Amino acid sequence: MKTEDLVSVLATGVEAIDPKRTARRHLLAITGGLLGALGLTGGILRLNPMLSYLVVEPMFWIRETYCAALALLGFAAVTRLARPGIRLGFVPVGVVTVVMVMWIFAATVLLRAPAQNRSHLFFGATAAVCPFLIALVGVPLFIAILWVLRGLAPTRLRLAGAAAGFAAGSLGALVYSLHCPELAAPFLGTWYLLGMLIPTSLGAWLGPRLMRW
Amino acid sequence: MQLKEERLRSLLTRGLVGDASAYHIFLSELTAHLRSFVRRRLSRLPEEVEDLVQELLLAIHNQRHTYDPAQPLTAWVQAIARYKLIDLLRRRSRTNGLHDPLDDDYDLLAAADGDAAEARYDLAKLLQQLPDRQRLPILYVKIEGGSVADAAKRTGMSESAVKVGIHRGLKALAEGIRSIE
Repeated sequence: MKTEDLVSVLATGVEAIDPKRTARRHLLAITGGLLGALGLTGGILRLNPMLSYLVVEPMFWIRETYCAALALLGFAAVTRLARPGIRLGFVPVGVVTVVMVMWIFAATVLLRAPAQNRSHLFFGATAAVCPFLIALVGVPLFIAILWVLRGLAPTRLRLAGAAAGFAAGSLGALVYSLHCPELAAPFLGTWYLLGMLIPTSLGAWLGPRLMRW
Repeated sequence: MQLKEERLRSLLTRGLVGDASAYHIFLSELTAHLRSFVRRRLSRLPEEVEDLVQELLLAIHNQRHTYDPAQPLTAWVQAIARYKLIDLLRRRSRTNGLHDPLDDDYDLLAAADGDAAEARYDLAKLLQQLPDRQRLPILYVKIEGGSVADAAKRTGMSESAVKVGIHRGLKALAEGIRSIE
């Protein structure tokens, strides 16, 4: 087939693109993933019975802000990497800033604490399971975001996969925090971050395998 | 180049809301730029040039919903072209390692090449291999130029099934080109 004939075939009867329809599909997928994450947290892990007491703690809101900020940055990265020719922009600097602020905060907390309390501030009671549970809660979100990305056109597949994992992991951490009893900054800066990085590395591996077009 | 960018962008924007003649002009004018872009980068694989141009046209068409009209058109097209070019070179690198380095400058619209040729693979043949629910809608609407309603009547499919068939069929064609070595 001649190239000019192909051009004619493509242009003939071309349908209008409805951006709202695409946006609706994406919103539906992410809502589904979020409901899945809430279902895992509420149904299997159970909400923290102390939640009504925790919400008056400033550290509770610092933790929620930390997870929400990273989730917003994760979704900003996904949206940008999903379309050809859009650069990451402020996203890497944003992620590094949020993590650095948490680490400086964590270091201050550790330095000010009496030596015998430091190990508990760092490990809490749940360090051994926390990263894996965050990754688990993020699974429905991860699947939803990968599905959305498959319908778009990422050109940097490894990075797009990693961004999908990071967005799923950080939003997953926000949902998981409704179950989690830990509020110490050193814990959040380590085990929460590790939990987000599990789906991130999985995404970097899966990206080139799942998102080719 | 700035004028060209503006012109192509406005043609594509009109195409995205269903203006088929503007979209036709957009694709034809873009083809010459794509060919020149590809030819300069595949100077050692000249027989591959037209194949890749056609693959790019299909990719641009299939992914046109990812173009944000606020974004420079050149950046969008060039990212797709680079992605497909790297994909091709990666597939070819098993047989030979000869290719020209990829540079990052935005020179897509700097040159045009209207010297068309035929691709080596035959899209018409690939089309024959598609299942009827994709092949017939493409044949009736995209090749014969009939309406979606007409194609729905002739195939006994619903109108939305005809649209889905066209969409999936063109994606399958793009996949089909990729798998030809």
